[in-house]
Amino acid sequence: MVAEKGPIPANTTKTYHDDLKMVQNEIDKCMKCGNCMAVCPVYGSDKSETAVTRAKIAVANAVLHGELSLSDPDVSTMIFNCLVCKSCMTNCPTKVNFDKIILGLRAALVRENGMPWLKKMIFSTIKNPRMFDAAMKLGASLQSIAFKGDKNIKAMSPRSPFAIVGGSMGFDADRKMPELTVTPLRDRVADVIKPKTATMKVAFFTGDSLNYFYPDAGMDLIEVLTANDIEVHIPKGQSCCGVPVLVHGDTGTVRTLARNNLDEFDKTGCDYLITGCGSCGGAWQHEYVELLAADPVYGPKAEYWAKRTYDISTFLTRVIRFRKPKGQIDKTVTYHDSCHLKKTMKVFAEPREILKGIPGVTFKEMSAPDTCCGSGGSYVVSHYDTSSSIGKNKAEDINKTGADTVSVGCPACMMQLLDNVNRFGNEQKVTHYISLLADSYRKEKG
Amino acid sequence: MLDKAIVEKLERLAGKENVLTSKVDMVAYSYDATADMPHQLPDVVVMPTGSEMVQQIVNLARSNRIAIYPRGAGSNLSGGTIPLKKGIVLSFQRMNKILEIDPANLTATVQPGVVIAALNSAVAEYGLIYPPDPGTVATATMGGSAAENSGGLRGLKYGVTKNYIMGMEVVLANGEKVKFGGKTVKNVTAYDFSNLFVGSEGTLGITTELICKLIPAPKFRRTMMGIFSTLEDAGNAVAGIIAAQVIPATLEIMDNKTIRTVEDFAKIGLPIEAKALLLCEVDGMSEDVVNAEFEAVIAVLKVNNSEYKVAHSDAERDQLWTARRNALPALASLNNTVIVEDATVPRSRITEMLVACENIAAKYNVVIGTFGHAGDGNLHPTILYDMYDKGETARVHEAIDEIFATALALDGTLSGEHGIGMAKMKYLGNELGRSGLNLMRSIKESLDPEYILNPGKMVPLREV
Repeated sequence: MVAEKGPIPANTTKTYHDDLKMVQNEIDKCMKCGNCMAVCPVYGSDKSETAVTRAKIAVANAVLHGELSLSDPDVSTMIFNCLVCKSCMTNCPTKVNFDKIILGLRAALVRENGMPWLKKMIFSTIKNPRMFDAAMKLGASLQSIAFKGDKNIKAMSPRSPFAIVGGSMGFDADRKMPELTVTPLRDRVADVIKPKTATMKVAFFTGDSLNYFYPDAGMDLIEVLTANDIEVHIPKGQSCCGVPVLVHGDTGTVRTLARNNLDEFDKTGCDYLITGCGSCGGAWQHEYVELLAADPVYGPKAEYWAKRTYDISTFLTRVIRFRKPKGQIDKTVTYHDSCHLKKTMKVFAEPREILKGIPGVTFKEMSAPDTCCGSGGSYVVSHYDTSSSIGKNKAEDINKTGADTVSVGCPACMMQLLDNVNRFGNEQKVTHYISLLADSYRKEKG
Repeated sequence: MLDKAIVEKLERLAGKENVLTSKVDMVAYSYDATADMPHQLPDVVVMPTGSEMVQQIVNLARSNRIAIYPRGAGSNLSGGTIPLKKGIVLSFQRMNKILEIDPANLTATVQPGVVIAALNSAVAEYGLIYPPDPGTVATATMGGSAAENSGGLRGLKYGVTKNYIMGMEVVLANGEKVKFGGKTVKNVTAYDFSNLFVGSEGTLGITTELICKLIPAPKFRRTMMGIFSTLEDAGNAVAGIIAAQVIPATLEIMDNKTIRTVEDFAKIGLPIEAKALLLCEVDGMSEDVVNAEFEAVIAVLKVNNSEYKVAHSDAERDQLWTARRNALPALASLNNTVIVEDATVPRSRITEMLVACENIAAKYNVVIGTFGHAGDGNLHPTILYDMYDKGETARVHEAIDEIFATALALDGTLSGEHGIGMAKMKYLGNELGRSGLNLMRSIKESLDPEYILNPGKMVPLREV
């Protein structure tokens, strides 16, 4: 029988990313009621207890009490079979902070087993912004060898030899992905973009996805800010937000990225930090504070910026009164709630407010708009079958709305939706909601 | 550990993808939603996809004397699915198809793994509902809730699971498959097997298909909340509402401890001095009747010195419900362990039971908040404590013993809706006596003489 053992005292010089024992109080909060089953997308697809949150909490407890070992490969497989979408946390009656448990476990797994060489190579590149930038540009110039473009939707699909090899990970010939841009967002713009008369200045954290995959959406975000007389600073030394690394348990790399970003944004002297991605914004509002809680220098800096970070929609609707758009956009639009945008940043009303205020837009809510799309960053690559079955449900919900456009506030979801509306949907256009607002402003000029 | 050859046979029977054996998987199936229970790792988890497969698994298990634990979502509160004697957990999560919805006969035929809420969304298109609504409707399965005979908030007016199961297909411990009942409203053929197997907690047979009754969804409803400064007034109001010949769809009560805790937790402006809150909802197919019932309830509240709030819109209804919805989460936030009991008394003795729970909390110096279904006498004394504190844990166990003794002394019962399982088995003789236990044993042993179905639950194992 599994014996109950006493609580383990917390350590104040570390965070749970360094010491799994620090999540024991979160583990104890779980009543095993199973409410997580109702909302966990992975459970919804796998229909096995092992997939659901409360089982992962039970496994964390078994690890802490020596009944399971971190070197057991099945522990690793189970703990990485989670999208970190945090849906369970919104449905948890006892408010277990499962994000701490899953991230603590992943960090502990990496400490115990090291990192697979491929991940190690990718993450060490991400850690060095200049090297990463060079690698992404090289990738952009070579992508046409493996992928063929689809000019209509600015997307591409794997060419046949690569599609055969990549089929098991979803890289078959039907897979649609955004093109890697040859000229990333941060290379297209100056460090500071001034409107005619600036009333306020903000710093824009682009994140890698807007920088390399969706620079047009990033440009739209900048255009919307300047159209509202906001001066935009874009620190060129900013790096990846670190969330893709954090969810793989590489605590060292994500702290390096966090400290670099904090230093870069400190230099701007701006009062607000704007994001256009729920994962990036969540990193600034939440993860950096958690990661650097025991750091006397960067901990306070993280706290400082956490309070000043806004999703672009919140900034437009709650901080300033953005100028109402007048250009006609004749589209039927639905909106997908990105997990990190809604469940970490609590942003869901603001994008809808913006969309409904665009002349000509007919807004249609889909059923369960805040159900995960199945992306989970790299989860879509590592667990393609589960991800795709989750994405299929999302595409069907989108189809039922009759919308011609699906808008979203997170580039990772845009990538997942692009693939899934192409496979299972009616080829609806996938766009960042800010691009629709930018379109409307542009239409005003005729 | 099971013989490797048996696992291989199971894999051949069920398909490798439906057989789990890793230690991680065993940990995941070692518990259910019941607090303060020993956990046990099963040897193997099998997810059957059809009733013939279940028969073959049962035959294999019986000939090798391996225990089988049928399991739905594992959301029960009786320790009913914990694999106490190791063996095979038979998880029905993948047998989750709604086989038929028959609006002419007002029935649905379902596989046991269908989630209650999924059935309700499917029948909503026909303007129908499946009324039993345990707190876990969004996760609990039809098979599991039939095995536990789950109740819920609407039990007073609409009844509980047993009132809605019209027919079943069950695999017995001897490997035979039986079908009984059906779509007819009237059926007195043979014994009333549905009423035997519903609530049998997986100890008599394994359900592989269910035919359940549906009813037209009520079209109108009114919601109100009464605020009382004495428990007596609240108890009299409950009796008065029924005496006025109103059967509300829900009639929920919360005691002072629960009110204060919810207010601390959710800050929704509850009157923290109040001794009790009653949440009442009347519903029906005719607006006039519903309004008349609503007026009758208000009159009863007034007579019993109650202040009251009335919902005029869905948003206001939602506000009134917020307090009740937060009762368990708020209480649970007080400490690391929460035990939700379901001792039930005749409606007329609700006040005595509430007072007794307060006295028991004081006597043993433990924290108890009580809320629950006042209309049907089904209360949820909820005990919060620190599992790492041995002294407090011991006092909690004594307090629970006394709660059950009190419920029986008030002509009540050990369990209104959670079932006996492991959690309340030791009290069973107190309610049924020796002859009752013997009857339980006779039924169990005539159907499952070797105790391979969910051993150690409901019927105490025979000492050999």
